[in-house]
Amino acid sequence: MSQKRKLSWKEATIAGAINTPKSSMDYKTGLWRSQTPVIDYARCTKCLICWIYCPEPTITRLVDNPERVVEINQEYCKGCGICADVCPVKCISMGAG
Amino acid sequence: MTTVTEVERKDEAKKRIKQKVLGLRGDDAVAYAARQANVDVISAYPITPQTIMVEELSRFVANGWIKAKYINVESEHSAMSGCIGAALVGARTFTATASQGLAYMHEALYAASGLRCPTVMAVACRALSAPLNIHGDHSDVFGSRDSGWMQVFCENAQESYDMTLTAFKMAEDEKVLTPIMVNLDGFITSHSLERVNILPDEVVNQYLPPRTADLKLDTDKPVTFGAMALPDYYFEFKRQQEGAMAEAYRLMPKIWRDFAVISGRRYSNVRPYKLDDAEVAIVSMGSTSGTARYAVDGLRNRKVRAGSLNIRLFRPWPAPEIIRALKNVKAVAILDRAMSFGAPGTTLFEDIATTLYSLPKQPTLVNYVYGLGGRDVTTAQISKAAEDSLKLARQRKRTVPTRYLGVRD
Amino acid sequence: MVTTEAAAVAAARVEQSQDRKEGYKPFLTKLSDLPTEELFGPGHRLCSGCGPAIAMRMLTKAFRGPTMVFNATGCVEVSSTPYPYTAWGVPWAHILFQNTAASACGAVEALAKLAEEGRAKKADVIAIGGDGGIVDIGIAAVSGALERGHDLTIICYDNENYQNTGIQRSGATPLGSWSTTSEVGENSYGKAEWKKDILGIAIAHQIPYAASATIADWRDYINKVRRAIEVDGPAFLHVLAPCQLGWRYDPSQTIQMARLAVDTRMFPVYECVDGVYTINRRVPLPKPVVEYLKTQGRFRHLFEEKNKWVLERIQQGVDKNWQRIVNLERATNPAAPKV
Repeated sequence: MSQKRKLSWKEATIAGAINTPKSSMDYKTGLWRSQTPVIDYARCTKCLICWIYCPEPTITRLVDNPERVVEINQEYCKGCGICADVCPVKCISMGAG
Repeated sequence: MTTVTEVERKDEAKKRIKQKVLGLRGDDAVAYAARQANVDVISAYPITPQTIMVEELSRFVANGWIKAKYINVESEHSAMSGCIGAALVGARTFTATASQGLAYMHEALYAASGLRCPTVMAVACRALSAPLNIHGDHSDVFGSRDSGWMQVFCENAQESYDMTLTAFKMAEDEKVLTPIMVNLDGFITSHSLERVNILPDEVVNQYLPPRTADLKLDTDKPVTFGAMALPDYYFEFKRQQEGAMAEAYRLMPKIWRDFAVISGRRYSNVRPYKLDDAEVAIVSMGSTSGTARYAVDGLRNRKVRAGSLNIRLFRPWPAPEIIRALKNVKAVAILDRAMSFGAPGTTLFEDIATTLYSLPKQPTLVNYVYGLGGRDVTTAQISKAAEDSLKLARQRKRTVPTRYLGVRD
Repeated sequence: MVTTEAAAVAAARVEQSQDRKEGYKPFLTKLSDLPTEELFGPGHRLCSGCGPAIAMRMLTKAFRGPTMVFNATGCVEVSSTPYPYTAWGVPWAHILFQNTAASACGAVEALAKLAEEGRAKKADVIAIGGDGGIVDIGIAAVSGALERGHDLTIICYDNENYQNTGIQRSGATPLGSWSTTSEVGENSYGKAEWKKDILGIAIAHQIPYAASATIADWRDYINKVRRAIEVDGPAFLHVLAPCQLGWRYDPSQTIQMARLAVDTRMFPVYECVDGVYTINRRVPLPKPVVEYLKTQGRFRHLFEEKNKWVLERIQQGVDKNWQRIVNLERATNPAAPKV
C-alpha cells in the first residue's frame, strides 16, 4: 500500500472530492487472503463464468491471448473462493496461503 | 468620524439604469429575483409562509418565463437533496423553506455545505413547533447556524429582492462555493406588500451569467463526491469550509460595490444608524431594524443619544464592522428573535459579546428576547429597552440576566 | 406446487416466447459480449465474497454510455470510497442515507436542462441503495421519485439487513432471521415480521419498468439493468445480493445462496412492464424452503424444537407470495401459462 503524504487543508481538493477514478487500485487487498486460487488452464473451458462472478474484480480477461481467456490478479484477490465454487468444470483450486 | 456609511442612492446610477417599481410582497420579490437569476433547477416543498415563493415560481415556469426545471419534491429533505444533486452536476439551484422544513432538511444542510454546493435558499423565518406556530421569528435559522451556510437577513421586500440576487454571486464565487440562506421575517416581510425597485431582466442576466463549475460530476472527468473521510482526513475538509467563509467575508465589499453599480443601492455588511455619537445602541436583525430606527428617532427627540445597528450579514460574521460601530457606545441593547434555552445568552447576544470581548473598554450588554412566534414588538418597547440599558450602563452594570420584551410574566 | 417435467419444459418455452412476443431483444446473450473495462474496483474494502460487490460490478457492465451513479450510505458506499481511495470509474456521489433517489432526481433534471443548453453532456443517472437506503429510511424519496416520473433507474441491492452498521434488521429482513436487533432468545425467534415487498410498492407507482433479479443469474440481472436504463421514465430493480458475514455462510457460497433463494421461491424473480407481470424464473420444481434456511447461520435457531413452527410459517408465506405473483401474472399477462 502506498504511503502518500497526507495533504494540508490548503492543498487537498475541496468537498472531499476524489479526482482520480479507481484510486482504490493503490490499495492491494490481496494481503487479506488466507487461500489462493489457481487455475488449471489445461481443463479450463474458457467460459468466463469465474470472471463475471469475481467480486473485486481481480480476474482479468485476456483478449489477445489464444491460450488463456482469464488470469487471476493476485494483488487484489481476497481468497473468497467464489471462482472455484462457480467454475462449471471445477478447474480452480483454492490452495493455502 | 464616520463609521461604514450607507449610500442611499447614487443619482448617476439611477439615471443610468431605469428600474420599474412594483408592489411586491417579500416572497414575490424573492421569486422575481430567482426568475431573473435564471436558476437551472428549483427543488422545493411548500411551507407557510414561503408558499408564495414556490407558487409564483410555478406560475413563471408554467408560462415559460423561466426555463428552470421545477421539481415538486415530496419533502424538504428531498428538496435540499435535489438541489445538491443538481448543484453537483454544475447547475444553479434555488430552494426555499421555513421553520419545520428547515429543521427537516437539517442533515442535508451539512451535506450541502460539506459538498460545497452554491445553493441559494430563501427562508421565510418562522417559529418552530411545538407548539405549532406559523409566524415569524428567527429560531429556525439560528438552529441551522452552525451548518456551514452563509446567512443574510433582509429587512424588507426591497432587500429580499436585492439579497437574493447578490446571494448567487456570493455563493458561486470559486473561492467561496458555499451555500447561502437569504432570510426574511415570516409574514412580516414575506407577506407585506411594499414598493420594490426591479432591475431589467437584461441587466440581471449580465450580472448573473449561467453558472460554470470546475469541480462537478462530469462523465469526461469522473470524480467521486461524498467519500467516507475517516479521522485522519475529515478535519481538513471542515477547515476548508471555514477558510471559504473567510474568503466570502473578504469578497463582500466587491459584491456590494458591483451591485451598487447596477442598482444604485449600496449595501454593507451592517447598517449603522446615528451611531456616531450614540451612547446606547440597539442591535437587531431583520424587519425589527426598521422599527428600531423609528425608536431611535423618538429617543433622539427626547434627547437620548441612541443609535441602532442592523446586522445584515450574519454568517460570516462581520466582526470588524461591529467593533467599529459599537466601540464607543456605553450600552448595547441586543434584540434576539429566538430563544437559546439554557444558554448564557441568546444567539445574537453571544456573538456580540464574543466580538466585543477584545475591546479594552466594554459597553454594558443587555440581552433582550422579543417577538417569538410572530408577536409584535413596538417602538415603545424598544425605546424602553434602550433607556433601561443606558440606565444599567450608568449603574456600571456589565450585564444582567436575559430580559423579555412583550411576554406576559 | 410440484409440477411435472413436461410442464417445466413448457413453462421454460413460455419464458422465451414472451420476450420474443414483446419485441424486446435483451442486449446480452454471451459473456464475451460484455465490455472488459471495469468501472468498479478492484481495491474496494467490501468483504471477501461480498454479494453486493458482485451486484455493483455486474450493473456497471450494463451501462450503455456516459453514466453517473448516486449511492446511498451503506456497505457499498462506505467500502468503495474510503478517502482518498475510490473504486468507481464513473462520476459518483454519495450525499446522505435516505436521499439517493431525491438527489439523483435533481441531477437528472439538471443534466436534462444543461445538456439542452450545451453546458453539459447527457448521461444516464443511476440511484443505488441497499435495503436500508431504499426500503426503509429512503422509501419516501424513492416513492416521490417514482411518482414524479423522472428518467431515472433506482437499484436496490438487498442483503437483507442494515449490514454496514452491524447486521441490524431492516424491513427487508426475512421472517425468522436472526439479526443484532432481532436477537434470538427465550422470548424471540428472530424477526417476527415478513419481508417488505418493495418491488410491489414500486410497481404500485405505475412505472414503466420494475423487476427483481439475483446476482446468481448474470444474464437476467445485467439485461434487466440495461433495460431499466433504456426505459424512458423511472425504473426500479430489486436485486438479491447475499452477505456472507450477515447471513453466516462460507464466503465461497455467495452465488449458491442466491441460486437457492430463487430455487426455493423465497425470492421470486419477475418483472412488470407497464403493469404487465412476467415471472422470469418459473421454478417449476421448487425446493422446500428448509433447503435454503439450513445453509445459513442466521436461520440455524429455527431448527430447534421450539422454533420449528416458524419453518412451516415461512414455507406457507413463500407459497402464498408465489401464488399472489402467479395470480398477478395471470390477471395482467395474456401470455401467462394456464397452469
